[in-house]
Amino acid sequence: MTSVTAGAGAVPRKPKVGSLERQNRWALRGSYAALSVFVVMFLIPPFYMIMTSLKSSAEISAQKGNPWIAQNPTLENFIYLISNAQFQRYFFNSVWVTALVVVISMTIAILAAFSLSRMGFKGSQVISTGVFLTYLVPPSLLFIPLFQIVGSLGLINNTWVLVLLFPTLAVPFCTWIMIGYFSSIPRELDEAALIDGANYLQILTKIFIPVALPGIIAATIFAFTVGWGAFLYPLAYLYSADQAVLTVGIVRELIRGDVFAWGTIMAACVMGAAPPIIIYTFLMDYYVAGLTAGATKG
Amino acid sequence: MADSTLAIGAGAASTPRRQVGSLKKLARRRATTALLLCAPLIVLIVSLKVYPTFYAVFLSLLDRKMNSFVGFDNYIFLLSRPSFQLVIFQSCLFALTAVLMKALFGFVLAHLMHNIRGKNQRIWRGLLLVPWVIPLALSTLTWWWLFDPSYSAFNWTLNWLGFESIPFLGTTWNARIAVIAVNVWFGAPFFMIMYLAALKSVPEQLYEAAAIDGASAWQKLIFITLPMMRNIILITVLYSLIVTFADFDIVRILTNGGPQDSTHLFATYAFTVGIQSGNIPRGASVSLFMLPVLATLAFFVLRDVMKRNKEIST
Amino acid sequence: MSQVSIRKVVKAYEGDVQAVKGIDLEIGDHEFVVLVGPSGCGKSTTLRMIAGLEEITSGEIWIGGDVVNDVPPRDRDIAMVFQNYALYPHMSVFENMAFGLKLRKFPKDDIKRRVDDAAKMLDIEMLLDRKPKALSGGQRQRVAMGRAIVRNPKVFLFDEPLSNLDAKLRVQMRTEIKKVHQLVPTTTIYVTHDQVEAMTLADRVVVMNHGVIEQVGAPQELYHNPQTRFVAGFIGSPAMNFMPCRLEQAAGALRVRLSDKLSFPVPASRTARYSAHAGKSNLVLGLRPEHILDARPHVEPDQHDFDMTIDVVEPMGMESLVYFTVEGVPVCGRVSPNAGAAAGKSMKLRADLSNMHLIDDSTGKVL
Repeated sequence: MTSVTAGAGAVPRKPKVGSLERQNRWALRGSYAALSVFVVMFLIPPFYMIMTSLKSSAEISAQKGNPWIAQNPTLENFIYLISNAQFQRYFFNSVWVTALVVVISMTIAILAAFSLSRMGFKGSQVISTGVFLTYLVPPSLLFIPLFQIVGSLGLINNTWVLVLLFPTLAVPFCTWIMIGYFSSIPRELDEAALIDGANYLQILTKIFIPVALPGIIAATIFAFTVGWGAFLYPLAYLYSADQAVLTVGIVRELIRGDVFAWGTIMAACVMGAAPPIIIYTFLMDYYVAGLTAGATKG
Repeated sequence: MADSTLAIGAGAASTPRRQVGSLKKLARRRATTALLLCAPLIVLIVSLKVYPTFYAVFLSLLDRKMNSFVGFDNYIFLLSRPSFQLVIFQSCLFALTAVLMKALFGFVLAHLMHNIRGKNQRIWRGLLLVPWVIPLALSTLTWWWLFDPSYSAFNWTLNWLGFESIPFLGTTWNARIAVIAVNVWFGAPFFMIMYLAALKSVPEQLYEAAAIDGASAWQKLIFITLPMMRNIILITVLYSLIVTFADFDIVRILTNGGPQDSTHLFATYAFTVGIQSGNIPRGASVSLFMLPVLATLAFFVLRDVMKRNKEIST
Repeated sequence: MSQVSIRKVVKAYEGDVQAVKGIDLEIGDHEFVVLVGPSGCGKSTTLRMIAGLEEITSGEIWIGGDVVNDVPPRDRDIAMVFQNYALYPHMSVFENMAFGLKLRKFPKDDIKRRVDDAAKMLDIEMLLDRKPKALSGGQRQRVAMGRAIVRNPKVFLFDEPLSNLDAKLRVQMRTEIKKVHQLVPTTTIYVTHDQVEAMTLADRVVVMNHGVIEQVGAPQELYHNPQTRFVAGFIGSPAMNFMPCRLEQAAGALRVRLSDKLSFPVPASRTARYSAHAGKSNLVLGLRPEHILDARPHVEPDQHDFDMTIDVVEPMGMESLVYFTVEGVPVCGRVSPNAGAAAGKSMKLRADLSNMHLIDDSTGKVL
């Protein structure tokens, strides 16, 4: 790579260094270009979702001009939904179901993870692995037998059935995440706390939970995402409008073959997607941590 | 070990035998507390995941009215139906193609992201992860609207560029491609995040050493990046195969299995047969067809995870 | 009332592996006792049994006049300083130190007073609001000590607290610990593998090896009168020289013979002690490097000169270490830096046999 010329008439050395830099700069520009293409591709649906939600039914049916931009943006769809009792019901159901599910799932997961990662007892290894295994059993396998079980419990068409079933979707992975985070806390911390006079409950609440807080947030976000966006179980077990949650409600009730309602439908989707997106905007790092925790810590 | 003839000084209250006894009690008490803490988890999993799986097997052996045993009749019936044979084909096609594309896109994206340092990376990452964050049912609805036969914005763009409209969900192969596309759109961010994390964990010095040894960019990729990322790649692919294979939301909303059963997967077909048509045992049989494939995949995931599990449990 | 008694304590794991094989130890009020020994000798296990972090397989441990075998750590009135500090990462220095008191429901002013006093003693007052990750290693160790001091326990337990610090810091902290013990004379049990720490800090040193106590005694006692070969070789740096030898008796006088060419007369003060072993050949002569000097003008009694070819010289500044070989055994001596020692050259050395030790190789016991 040397371009040393003997004697005078020196070839300036700078271009050598410069060309490497320039190479890197071109690579960077190329990366940005490619990434921009991907970003556009990835964000087309959300963008169009928002755009459509701002269109009136008249505008949608008229089909004049560029559908990618709302010609006469209006909030009438949103206003309609917010004042619509049925939609309010869907939203309300989603909120309380998800809230309960998150609390239940995290409680079960934290207690179990504390026990499995710290209080070593015979079979804890088996249970840990078993927990992870069951995470791989998909809801599409279980929903049919569960239909019978739920039926015999008299919970068909009752929103409470989701509070019973959704934890099964979240708890295995949440436990897995928490086991990973708890295990990374050095044992000496427990011992120092024991000597300081803490009992096991105090060790959990005053030491483990604060120190593993990032993991708890990540796991909570995961439980929320699962509960809020679940579709199969609600579709299979809930039938009347007042029992439904957002995902099912929007898909089933609002689609009535009436094309012009798409503005409303998209507005409903925007409102349904808003809570996860908002949480995501503020807690993005925990979102990512939750995803990668599965692989790197466990 | 227990030296019962211990010479005890003044004021000693305990005998050795009582010591050993109460020590054991202490140990047992801790183990019981530990089990109690695990109990909710175990009860939940056993009653709502393990038991239903076995129950499903039992159900699949019954007749439609669920009164009598018919053995494997449901399975034989299903295998003879062309629509179900299509389901098998489609599920495998869907899973393999979608996962392959997701892995490729994720890999490429991870590399592109890796080139961008510092705070900027967070912004790009934030934007690219959005498909994963939106509830799948809702984003699938948007795709449906984008694919709508009469109002598709994609078709408007094609027409505007001078091309013919495409019936995205109207023909067999178009519908299949559309379903795969939505799944790839939804899942690629996951792969990107995982691969990016894996890329970050490869020590920079390895690349420097390779550069000195004279490796080209391509060689660095083959000989350093891929081997170091092998574990993560394997785990994400296996995990995604399981999840994609059992997917329900996209097909149900986008095509509901059509046109003419050409996009049905096990999950959606089971729903149609079991819940909509009311034939629970046959629906269970459909679902159970997934079990062998899932079990094999799970076995490989488990093997890899067990290695790491050893370090974690106590 | 803070004595600690360890009586016939055994710690066995599954598979009959015994980490501690039945030890007895009495530690008095306000005493600073150091358990020292190589890795795996059982010293940490013993400390953890005293703390209540390990269960006692058999035997009894008494703290302050009560048996504590079944008492949980929080009720034993002890405090512990860990090797890795074990500071709560999410709490400030103040909260770390106050944690134990808070759990015991001490009044707020009391807590503040105690923490401030301890912080002043350890020179960490300006760190009270910081989190552990913003502290250096030495500062963290001080906080860990502060956490123990505020509890005002019956016993302090130290588990290799200086092992994670660099050499210079270690020397500094050693002095700190000694100063603290002078101000707060709580009974202290200190575990380390570093015999220098043991010698400088302890009132009494307990040397352990393979789960048993080899010897207990004041540092000077262990230095001058080791009872076993292990103790003799463990205490003192550079380590004592061990040279196989024979005890000869000729014309009523005992000689210790190292090789055909090298032998020394046994000092008169030792004749009575060793005469019973005359003629034995599986003996080892133990002589510390500080007792192999360069030949000076004035000869003390029981000092004998000999010539030796030097293999290696290590100049240390204030002295030089010389290494030579006797019958294949490497031997170390400490000579004056001006004695003219040079590798490959012959040199006149002086052995001070008034400090000799004779060891029976078969039993390992010092005669």
